[in-house]
Amino acid sequence: MSNDDLKKRTVTGPDGVQFEVDPMKDYFCTETPHPENPSNKVVEKFLNWARSESIWILGYGTGCGAIEMRPLMTPRFDAYRFGIQWRPTPRQSNLLMVSGYLSVKTLKRVIRSYEQMQNPKYILALGSCTINGGMYWDSYNTINRLDQYLPVDAYIAGCMPRPESLIAGFNELKKLIKDGKGEGANKYAENFDWYKQNQKKIIKDWDMPDYNW
Amino acid sequence: MKFEWIKILYAIWSLSIILNVGLVTQGVVRKIGARLGRRHGIRWYQPYIDLIKNYSIRSSVSHGIMFYLGPVFRLSGGIGMYLFMPVIFGSIYFQNFSFSGDLVLILYFMFFGTLGMALGAGESGHPYSAIGVSRGLAQMTAAEVPLVLSIIAIAAQYQSLSITEIIAAQQGGIMNWTLMTNPIATAAGLLAILGSMMRSPFDVVIAPQEIPIGPPTEYHSTFLALLQTNRSIFPMAKTVLFVNLFFGGATNWPLMILKVFLLYMWPVFIGVAFPRFRVDQSIRWFLGIPTAIGIIAILIV
Repeated sequence: MSNDDLKKRTVTGPDGVQFEVDPMKDYFCTETPHPENPSNKVVEKFLNWARSESIWILGYGTGCGAIEMRPLMTPRFDAYRFGIQWRPTPRQSNLLMVSGYLSVKTLKRVIRSYEQMQNPKYILALGSCTINGGMYWDSYNTINRLDQYLPVDAYIAGCMPRPESLIAGFNELKKLIKDGKGEGANKYAENFDWYKQNQKKIIKDWDMPDYNW
Repeated sequence: MKFEWIKILYAIWSLSIILNVGLVTQGVVRKIGARLGRRHGIRWYQPYIDLIKNYSIRSSVSHGIMFYLGPVFRLSGGIGMYLFMPVIFGSIYFQNFSFSGDLVLILYFMFFGTLGMALGAGESGHPYSAIGVSRGLAQMTAAEVPLVLSIIAIAAQYQSLSITEIIAAQQGGIMNWTLMTNPIATAAGLLAILGSMMRSPFDVVIAPQEIPIGPPTEYHSTFLALLQTNRSIFPMAKTVLFVNLFFGGATNWPLMILKVFLLYMWPVFIGVAFPRFRVDQSIRWFLGIPTAIGIIAILIV
């Protein structure tokens, strides 16, 4: 998709009828996210338990760390034991694993995927690249601190972290969710302007709507 | 015939039983699969947690009216099919709303959910949904041919379109089951059921490595939860129907659950033994041997 695709234009349909297309209005929702607060504390506690015991990961590998997720599905590490499963679509996932360095180009895709996920949603950041840039700290096209651009729930340090530490990270995330601290989606909605400002600072060719439902 | 209101309570009771049976079976079957792969796999109650989790997602995005109605149609297809079928033979509690022509209505309900889902998933606008829907409808239509042939053969054999009468005719030992009295129709039916159980080699609809999960790609939170609920009721309802038609029904719940579980393992066994067909292969396959068997079954009767 390029910027030209998002401009208003007149299109001739296959049956010869001419009509106007405004992609920003027709294809996307312009509404910005809003925080959705839990209503009942007791019910919320139970639901948080369910959320923490059934974490669906978006199968999306951004950097070299993605290779450390594969062993989790195998008999040796077997993350399914902990209620962790992989989903192919952002709509159905709850957890976005940012596995390693993020180039500017990938950051754009990560933001789009993250915004398509539904509240409550969580981010686990893998490896030192997401904390301070790691070995790519002075690279011209990678970002250094992920939490400037997206709300991160927990970091897993290492370069790369082994599957054991990933499982430890999952357990840490579970504790956070059970304590009611896994509110990254609401945090993102509340500080939406700040996050967008940071994202636009780094992504020069911003060719998508501000919020990708 | 007088309508008895108490029947609604009985129906809800029996529906909740089948929902739990469905969820546990799902979990147990996945657990068995994982153990065979030398993993521990999910916990057997994981489907329950997933269901609660999906119902508890706070936000949702709609793509239009049909998008809303898709999962609703799908679920009402599953529940409707179950509710018009006698479950436990001889029990007044678990007759549901069966009546003298229920077999025809159930065949309709089997297709109803798929059609609703096709409209809903089509509106979501995702290309994988469209591919999944067209594959699903094509395969469903092909698989329906041997299924209907075998059911017509049974209806002609027992001279009845009422499931209760068909079960009644099969009572009195294994030699009276349709499996023994009409093995050819049973074979056609068992081959046809493979097409709608979403398992390999006929999982062209969701095709996990090809068009990841197909039609429900855009479905999330509560929509997905409705689909999941249906995923546990619908296969169970189909299996109960097959137990009723071919395996002599059951006079109590433990026997029914045992029979349903064993019959449910049939598509599972086929699934782990054979890799996935391409969509054209699967349709040709259904229109080949199973249909021929179905026609022979009718000719013999």
